[in-house]
Amino acid sequence: MNTKCIGKRTVRFQTPPRILSTGTIVGDVEGEGPLGSYFDIILKDDMWGEKSYEKCECKMFEQSVRTALEKIGMDTEKLDIVLGGDLLNQLITANFAARQLGRPFLGLYGACSTMAEGLLVGSMLIDGGFANYVSATASSHFSTAERQFRMPLELGGQTPPTSQRTVTGAGTVIICDGQNAADKNNSLSIFENIVVVGGTIGKVIDYGITDANNMGGVMAPAAADTLLTYLEESGETIEDFDYIITGDLGSFGAKMFKELCHDSGVELGDKHIDCGNIMFLPQQNTKCGGSGCGCAATVFGGYLLKRMEAGDFKRVLFMATGALMSPVSSMQGESIPAIAHAVVVERR
Amino acid sequence: MQDSEKARKYRQRVNEKAPKSHVFMQCVNAFWVGGLICCIGQALNLIGSELLWLDSDDTSAFTSIVLIFLGAFLTGLGVYDKIGSFAGAGSIVPITGFANSIVAPAMEHKYEGYVLGVGAQLFSIAGPVLVYGITTSVIVGLIACIV
Repeated sequence: MNTKCIGKRTVRFQTPPRILSTGTIVGDVEGEGPLGSYFDIILKDDMWGEKSYEKCECKMFEQSVRTALEKIGMDTEKLDIVLGGDLLNQLITANFAARQLGRPFLGLYGACSTMAEGLLVGSMLIDGGFANYVSATASSHFSTAERQFRMPLELGGQTPPTSQRTVTGAGTVIICDGQNAADKNNSLSIFENIVVVGGTIGKVIDYGITDANNMGGVMAPAAADTLLTYLEESGETIEDFDYIITGDLGSFGAKMFKELCHDSGVELGDKHIDCGNIMFLPQQNTKCGGSGCGCAATVFGGYLLKRMEAGDFKRVLFMATGALMSPVSSMQGESIPAIAHAVVVERR
Repeated sequence: MQDSEKARKYRQRVNEKAPKSHVFMQCVNAFWVGGLICCIGQALNLIGSELLWLDSDDTSAFTSIVLIFLGAFLTGLGVYDKIGSFAGAGSIVPITGFANSIVAPAMEHKYEGYVLGVGAQLFSIAGPVLVYGITTSVIVGLIACIV
């Protein structure tokens, strides 16, 4: 009956949904990073002409969807479902942007794992026959996240070496029914034939770390758990992938992730890319690298899919990780749970 | 929380392998920047007493007011957070840091209005320092009174 489930947490789509287009917007600091030229819009400041940082993030979310649609000449009305999320309380960025977009909307909260969660849920909706065109978006903003999770921006203090910088960025990926797109003879896509073939739903993993300034250490076990589960349930090995791409483990988290995989007999070698690690230059002084849902969303949509399209790699496992704490839970001394969702993306 | 042996071992490994702060250099930076701020304070003190001929109470008030102004001004210019990320406690502990801890939330929360934004959040950082500072001074005062 459940032919699309190939394990307890792993799915393989019958007709793999196609990735049609992407839209990425980043802040000025991210634009100065090594991937600057890959993003569609680079903001000159972190307000974008709006009255507050929150409004700016909302505009980024909305515009990333519109940019992705514009590239393929698609009308907003054609989107069956808008999926998306951000880091702010009550998902105000995603909800307010969806108000402007005026399409059926499902809000997602997976902290920094939102992009992979959106792609996975969107692909399920499409392969399940519930939608033809779905957009998945994730956004974060340095200034909104700082005041939500940490201290006021202008407060003079130090951050520990394990901390990361929240990426100002919004990324959208438009996916559609694989069958549908094939009929249209590739006319409606910026990508030749990139599909989402399957994925693994993350499980909340908590190894008891309470330090909110060590997200990489918190999320590495969740990433390892999801990767190992995918490999076990699909029967595939690391050799089946060109790269394993994680969202925002940062340099320390990436190290712990590799070690955990090594302990379970999986050698990643140089097959691992972490979006947070490649977002900034070392001299940008971001300690362990980038974080936030916008990090994985913009690097995946702006950089990795373009490299795939260029033929640099063929098959990747994209796994965004999220640390699921809130300022309240942290203050009450709770440890930080983490999650990682994975999708397998293939160029055919 | 999954408090298994595996989780405990992992936490231990994270503690061992996490990059550590360069405590010695941070202390050196905190010392000289903090010292510099104190020297500026002393210079202001001398200006107050020698050039403006203020009495000792007025000199103290003059010094504090100017330092608080400087801390607030540099916060507004977006400079104090950079000093703070370099000097740490060296720029947090002096009175300029106290000004910074009040102006920073005020700037941050202006979008939520002057009452529930600025007004309510003004002491969100400095509040605990005031609460426990004043409590301690009351207790010490009582002890001094009895002894």
